[in-house]
Amino acid sequence: MRLSVQTAPFDLGAEANAFAAAQTTAGAVVTFTGIVRDNGGTLSAMEIEHYPGMTERAIAAIMEEAIRRWSLADALVIHRHGRLAAQEPIMMVATAAPHRADAFAAAEFLMDYLKSRAPFWKKEIGADGAAWVAAKDEDEAALTRW
Amino acid sequence: MIEILYFAWVRERIGLPREKVATQAATVRDLIAELSAREERYAMAFADLESLRVALDQELSDFDAPLSGVREVAFFPPMTGG
Repeated sequence: MRLSVQTAPFDLGAEANAFAAAQTTAGAVVTFTGIVRDNGGTLSAMEIEHYPGMTERAIAAIMEEAIRRWSLADALVIHRHGRLAAQEPIMMVATAAPHRADAFAAAEFLMDYLKSRAPFWKKEIGADGAAWVAAKDEDEAALTRW
Repeated sequence: MIEILYFAWVRERIGLPREKVATQAATVRDLIAELSAREERYAMAFADLESLRVALDQELSDFDAPLSGVREVAFFPPMTGG
């Protein structure tokens, strides 16, 4: 498993290819990428703050849980912080498993937990000012399905 | 001494990212009461505990947790990762 919390952009294609190429026992690789959404063209930038130290610990714990529950061959999480422009990739997850059902489920589990249990906070910077993105009740509710 | 960290709008309201505090507070709730009594900006930041989360030594915790042995306390709003 590999985990990276970084300010630098990442190359989604290169990361996905390298992840798939490294697998020896998996038959399925699932990837998900989150990009900065510009609601109606008003976003100047998104600033992502995080809690260095806890971020890595929290993500590693979530990944270890996913690997254990779905017997994953491998998992990858890359999550950026700092100032990002609209359409830039924020983060990606990749999971590898013998069969696709486990790879898909584990990727969804990772996403649900990264949303509400990894210490990141997003702030949208627009022409009219800046606002912290509020956590959604449905994101918290999503955790109960696991 | 305990190190207290603030993130996102909690950091903005209090006006600093971290500080070292000498405290005898037994629980997180007691620490919040101590800080809130200090200055208005703390009272404002801690006004609604429903909209706050706390981590003790980098693990999510709750407001009734004891502070005995804890070195680092962090206050922040619900997380918005992913």
